[in-house]
Amino acid sequence: MRAVAEPLLQISGLTKRFGGVIASDAITLDIPRGEFHAIIGPNGAGKTTLIGLLAGEIAPQGGTIKFDGSDITGLAVHRRSQLGLARSFQITSLFPDCTALDNVALAVQANSGHSFRFWRDARNDSALRGPAAAVLARVGLAGRADTRVDRLSHGEHRQLEIAVALATRPRMLLLDEPMAGMGLEESARMVGILRELKGDITTLLIEHDMETVFALADRITVLVYGRVIASGDPAAIKADAAVREAYLGEQQATDHG
Amino acid sequence: MLYFIEQSLNGFQLGMLLFLLAAGLTLIFGIMDLVNLAHGSLYMLGAYFAATFAEATDSFVLGAILALAATFAAGIVLEIIAIRPLYGRNHLDHVLGTFGLLIFFNDLVRLIWGPAGMTLSLPSEMLHAVQIIPGVYYPVYRLVIIAATLAVAALLYFTVMRTRLGMLIRAGASNREMVGALGVNIKLLYTLVFGLGAALAGFAGLMQAPILTVQIGMGENILILAFVVIIIGGVGSIRGAFVASILVGLIDTMGRAFVPDILRSVLSNFGASTLGPALSSMLIYMLMAGILVFRPEGLFPAASK
Amino acid sequence: MSARLNPRGGIAVGLLAILALLPLYASLTGDAFAITLFTRIIIMAMAAVSLNLIMGYGGMVSFGHAAYLGIGSYAVGILWKEGIASGFVQWPVAIAVSALFALAVGALSLRTRGVYFIMITLAFAQMVYYAALGSDRYGGDDGMTIRQRSQFGGLLDLGNRTLFYYLCFALLIASIYLVSRIVNSRFGLVIQGARSNERRMRAIGFPVFRYKLVCFAIAGALCGLAGALFANHTNFVSPAMMFWTRSGDLMVMVVLGGLGTPFGPLIGTATYLLLEEALSRVTEYSGLFLGPGLLLVALYLRGGIDGLMGDARRG
Repeated sequence: MRAVAEPLLQISGLTKRFGGVIASDAITLDIPRGEFHAIIGPNGAGKTTLIGLLAGEIAPQGGTIKFDGSDITGLAVHRRSQLGLARSFQITSLFPDCTALDNVALAVQANSGHSFRFWRDARNDSALRGPAAAVLARVGLAGRADTRVDRLSHGEHRQLEIAVALATRPRMLLLDEPMAGMGLEESARMVGILRELKGDITTLLIEHDMETVFALADRITVLVYGRVIASGDPAAIKADAAVREAYLGEQQATDHG
Repeated sequence: MLYFIEQSLNGFQLGMLLFLLAAGLTLIFGIMDLVNLAHGSLYMLGAYFAATFAEATDSFVLGAILALAATFAAGIVLEIIAIRPLYGRNHLDHVLGTFGLLIFFNDLVRLIWGPAGMTLSLPSEMLHAVQIIPGVYYPVYRLVIIAATLAVAALLYFTVMRTRLGMLIRAGASNREMVGALGVNIKLLYTLVFGLGAALAGFAGLMQAPILTVQIGMGENILILAFVVIIIGGVGSIRGAFVASILVGLIDTMGRAFVPDILRSVLSNFGASTLGPALSSMLIYMLMAGILVFRPEGLFPAASK
Repeated sequence: MSARLNPRGGIAVGLLAILALLPLYASLTGDAFAITLFTRIIIMAMAAVSLNLIMGYGGMVSFGHAAYLGIGSYAVGILWKEGIASGFVQWPVAIAVSALFALAVGALSLRTRGVYFIMITLAFAQMVYYAALGSDRYGGDDGMTIRQRSQFGGLLDLGNRTLFYYLCFALLIASIYLVSRIVNSRFGLVIQGARSNERRMRAIGFPVFRYKLVCFAIAGALCGLAGALFANHTNFVSPAMMFWTRSGDLMVMVVLGGLGTPFGPLIGTATYLLLEEALSRVTEYSGLFLGPGLLLVALYLRGGIDGLMGDARRG
């Protein structure tokens, strides 16, 4: 019986080196249940490496990851997903010759027990397509359900990425730059989606768009050269001198440029 | 004991032949990312050319030299006409396309030289056996094969490590795009590398011709062994091909020589004669399977791509 | 990702009609050779259907599929030699041993991908080839004649050429139907998804390896059945049928007809074998034409499909 609710995600001393380069330098971070947590940092800060480590695609040299109290450091990618840790990809990774609904339905299927069913037609299975349609509606793609992925716009791809992750009914989302490459209108739509998720699902968001980050995040962690240099609520981060120097100053220069 | 030494030498010699094939194969695969099932056909051509030229010139050495040149030329022509369009395609296309070339060459050879195969006779001096260590006699020619191949290996090593061409080859094996970006004439490099591979394969073919075989389809068995070698050794790595060739040559030869006897002492005679040949030929595949499970990049990986 | 059971154009329908009516033609014209040839086409098509399952739909390019033809054939041959001529025993054994071997090979091979997968499956097939080659009791290099077709206790006389033809035809149709149901089922969607984007499949929680392994075993089992039929057809087994170049033939047949389509394997097999037959009547050196033809198919007829991953399949 736990007295105080444990953080959903506990990262402790996570380290990853690629040859001589330290991509993740003893990262330690706790994410409580329900939090919307953003990770920011300049390019090359190791943000995507972190997602890779958390998702299980990359094995760390040191440190541990605990999800809902269990050590998942050595677990395979699919096992982590089954435990409720879902991710979206920075570079869209979908099934190009299928429709949006097909893509999401497959994720629903992954979450519906085993798939050693060899006879019944799964393409018309309402047990899969119903929930899939609901998820698509949640991200605003209801009208594009029957469109092939390779005919969707880039913004719709990014929305679909999130839908696929959501369809596995995760307890936590790892979103890797969901707004990458989006225009103004698409970004606004995405912010709406993220805002809707906030509070419902614990989220770890990696993003470059500062406005979005500061508007949505409960807490922010700043990563520079693989190391956490600051972590706290948005106001504290904005005020942090080290952060300003390392990152925000440079960012503001490019923002106003 | 003497038998053991003899078999070890045979294994080493097989390893040397394998090295000639594997070196070319690993270069072509490493640099051009091409799976070439027709490599065995060049091996076959080398043997047939040698048999023909040796008969025509009545000299083994002259025949060998001409055969080497002819196979090199054949490789160049093949590369320009049939191989170039395959670059950049996925491996299934390579497999299908070069499989087609394999079929083509088998019938081409049959058309030109007939179905019966050929023989290549050695100068009489080479047929003797010499005493290499007290009590152990080994055929001169097999020693020649070992010596010649080691010489080629040394030459190859020198070329790859010390010349500009070799530097380009090594660079290409570890990072294809970079070499192109360096402004090197990639087309020429690829053609040369393919020709080199063809010459090596042809050399292996002609060297083994006097003691083994000159017949249609002769490349098909040894080609698979060569692929096993490059997987064990690490794709794109000549050093890996060298070590793995010796390993595979020894294991295969020793396995065939001794496993049936070992089995016989453990199992019944029937079991040994049924399982023996099967198990001994399986040994190298088991080794390859092991490598693929525990160290998939091979023993001496060329580099990350 | 659709794999509906719609024959491609009229080709498949036409082909099926021809196959269905062939024995009629043969009995009218007295052309026994036609039945022999087309029985062979049907059996090889079944093997191609099984390879298409893993290669076309699953993206697993197995270069060792002929091994299952061999295992199935040798199951029949070995059992007959040891006094068991009953098809009720032979055929299930053929299927079971093939499935088990596929499980073993798959368990090791499916840890690799790309050309390594191709090579390791090839190597395992070679192992079976050598095992057969070394088994003196069952003919070794020369092969073994099987003097009695599989017995089904009076229910079916496989010695009757026409009956055997229709049995094979029925089994082929059943195989095509079975595979089409599999690829459209939940299992099939996992397999196809793994071909299209394996990384994504893992990310949504599928233990992909497991599914590919089972698929591999199913394909092996089906091909083993084809092998049992083949042994009955030729009354002969030999290691040569498992040599890696035969696996190459199978791959060609699948690709020629169209990867990942329901009737592609049948179309490809019929085309390849009929072409081979026609060429051999015209020239002794069919390889001179088939070879470059194959190269051209690899270069152009596959439409420049770059990789089996996610190639857009209409329909």
